Amino acid sequence: MKNERSATVSKILNFSCVDGPGNRLVIFLQGCNFDCKSCHNPHTIGQCDSCGLCIPSCPAQALSLSEPYGSGVIHWDTDLCIKCDACLEACPKQASPKTRQYTVTQLLAVIRKNSPFITGVTVSGGEASLQLMFIVDLFSALKSSPDLQHLSCMLDTNGSLSESGWHKLLPYLDGAMVDLKAWQTETHKWLTGRDNHRVFRSIELLASRGKLYEVRLLHIPGKSDFDSEITALAGYLQRLPSSTKIRLNAFRHHGVKGEALEWQTCSEADMTALAEGLTKLGITSLVLPSAYL
Amino acid sequence: MTSQDTFSRIVTDTSLTPKQKSNYLALEAEASLPYPQVSSAVRQAMDSGIICDMFEGHAPFKPRYVLPDYAKYLAQGSKYLELEPARNLDEAINALTIIYHHVPSVTNIPVYLGQLDELLMPYVAKLDDETIYNKLRLFWIMLDRTLPDAFMHVNIGPSDNIICRTILRVDAELKQVAPNLTFMYDPDTTPDKLLQQATDNICECSKPHIANYPIHAQTFDDSGFGIVSCYNSLPLTGGANTLVRLNLKQVAMLAIDTQDFFSNTLPYYSQLMYELIQARSRYLHEESHFFTSFLVEEGLILETRFAPMFGIYGMAEAVNCLLGETKASSKSYGHCETANELGYRISAALDKIVKSTPVTYGYRGRALLHAQGGISLDKDVTPGVRIPYGTEPDPVTHIQALAEHHQYYSSGISEILTIDETVKSNPQAMYQLCKGALSLGLREFTANVASNDLVRVTGYMIKLSDIAAFKQGGSRTNTTGLGAEAAANTGILDRKPRVTSHEQAPCYES
Repeated sequence: MKNERSATVSKILNFSCVDGPGNRLVIFLQGCNFDCKSCHNPHTIGQCDSCGLCIPSCPAQALSLSEPYGSGVIHWDTDLCIKCDACLEACPKQASPKTRQYTVTQLLAVIRKNSPFITGVTVSGGEASLQLMFIVDLFSALKSSPDLQHLSCMLDTNGSLSESGWHKLLPYLDGAMVDLKAWQTETHKWLTGRDNHRVFRSIELLASRGKLYEVRLLHIPGKSDFDSEITALAGYLQRLPSSTKIRLNAFRHHGVKGEALEWQTCSEADMTALAEGLTKLGITSLVLPSAYL
Repeated sequence: MTSQDTFSRIVTDTSLTPKQKSNYLALEAEASLPYPQVSSAVRQAMDSGIICDMFEGHAPFKPRYVLPDYAKYLAQGSKYLELEPARNLDEAINALTIIYHHVPSVTNIPVYLGQLDELLMPYVAKLDDETIYNKLRLFWIMLDRTLPDAFMHVNIGPSDNIICRTILRVDAELKQVAPNLTFMYDPDTTPDKLLQQATDNICECSKPHIANYPIHAQTFDDSGFGIVSCYNSLPLTGGANTLVRLNLKQVAMLAIDTQDFFSNTLPYYSQLMYELIQARSRYLHEESHFFTSFLVEEGLILETRFAPMFGIYGMAEAVNCLLGETKASSKSYGHCETANELGYRISAALDKIVKSTPVTYGYRGRALLHAQGGISLDKDVTPGVRIPYGTEPDPVTHIQALAEHHQYYSSGISEILTIDETVKSNPQAMYQLCKGALSLGLREFTANVASNDLVRVTGYMIKLSDIAAFKQGGSRTNTTGLGAEAAANTGILDRKPRVTSHEQAPCYES
């Protein structure tokens, strides 16, 4: 196929029970437009510009430039890679060199190989919607493949996509999981670098179309404001369709960089307190973490 | 140590029950008898650990696994046991309870309790669901408490019926180690909802195993089959007279290269395996008088339906050794196409050997190939054709890497998939994984839902130990808590002393 769109993929998981209904094949796309202090996967934020600074950090010589420094493209040899992640530490741009380009056709082959095991496909990130037209192409290809059209198509997003963007995707989308990082705009801005107006608009738009599968709240004790703003938050969540799951995620330090490493992690007790508060205010569809780390 | 010292240590061992002591004493007595005559080559191969008789004993006086025709027994009663034919569910359960104590096996405890739903359905009559539930619940508790051995195995399915559904309900509630349970799945017969109940049970208590009914049924004749002990598929009304196993790792280490493995070392040691199989089964069939028991006289077992099992283990190490892979890498068995292909070639070669080698006492004159699940004495060698513990890829890749082997191992093969506990809140995923595995040709689907070292966080798999090193101090309680939950889920840690058996710990190690 000529001029087929391709996407930058940071990882593919062929078995996940936490990224939507049933078993999911999850495609993580590289790149994010939020800059969350609490990001658990900061190496998925940036885009690699093949500067080559990661090359010397690799103890297994799995990274190379196909051309001399400055003009080439980073090559990652998966056979040599020992998965030590030293390159992620070395990168100044929070951009993993361990990404691969996939065309829709190539991803369909991966999905087809795993199709007996999965209920559907979830595109996640980074922020997947930054490569929106690729997702539209992928989902529409899935929906028009007789052997794959039974698979549900889900999107895991920070909710920053514009209304017109959603309209392009909605015909092929079965549901979305949206992160709401904070209730107050100011808190949201401080945590992510962006305000949350678009996030609310995305949630409402998806809800009105029956495609809001899940709202995710990352609880960071003393930093995110879900506990202090619990009444307003619960009032808002209660107006969402009753089928929408409200998933509470616990902040932890794994993968986190910078000042957030000094923050207190979310204990089981912190989480229980928030969940009980929300339950008292009438939120019934809560999903809590099954492990605290 | 003299025999008397050993006897004395067994008798005074503080960790064994009187019954377990009797068992070990009997084993020692049997071990004092001369071994069936074998050549010095076989003796040497056994001494160096290439061939193993599974510690079945020197003078086999009972088959390894016995699968009586319990339906016939219930229908005709038993002269020997002075029992009339069963007329209702109480009598059927009572009659089964009695005969279980007369069905021998290598563990001295029956390894096969029957296709219980099929067996009991004719006696259900007009009993209501709650009555059936109460009777089966008591039956289940009785089995676990009086026959404490996790190799005692019940089969249910593939059809949907009240006994099948109630057993699944009771099993998930009681979460007992015993009995072991296999649910037969047939896409043409089993409703999705029933399979869903079975896979929900796996999330709840890591039981049952799900067997691929059409594949097993094709392997055996119309007289049927059963799944017994851990994962042994055998002819009904028959069983396994012996199980001898070959350590593929050692066979590979003795080969100069892959070519030498296929043309010399593998055929040579397979031939020694057959010599041992013949010697052991000849003693059982010709010397022990086992086949004059009431089980034979009353037609509950037929001598002609017993077969030796040709077991293998250490496939992973054999492949890695032949490919020169000394440590786990992306080129190792289970992770790389080339390594996996070599594994399939070895399985195909074994299949050819087993299908073309006649035995005196066999099923259709042959032994049955078996991927042996390991015993507690195995060190640095992986059971059957499994991927070494701790190096398993994700469950889907895991299944895809091993499915190809399953066509060859007619008397049983199994992988244990470890699924992280997040599946508990999404049991649909277990169902889908199971269906996918069976559609790819797995004979048996087994998953442990463990709160083990590997957990998932927002999509990525991470290791708790990784986090522990990262966090220090604080995470220890969590790990302990999760570990305790794993113990509670699988029931293994806290109940180990009660399930000591000849198969798990085949000899007395002081």
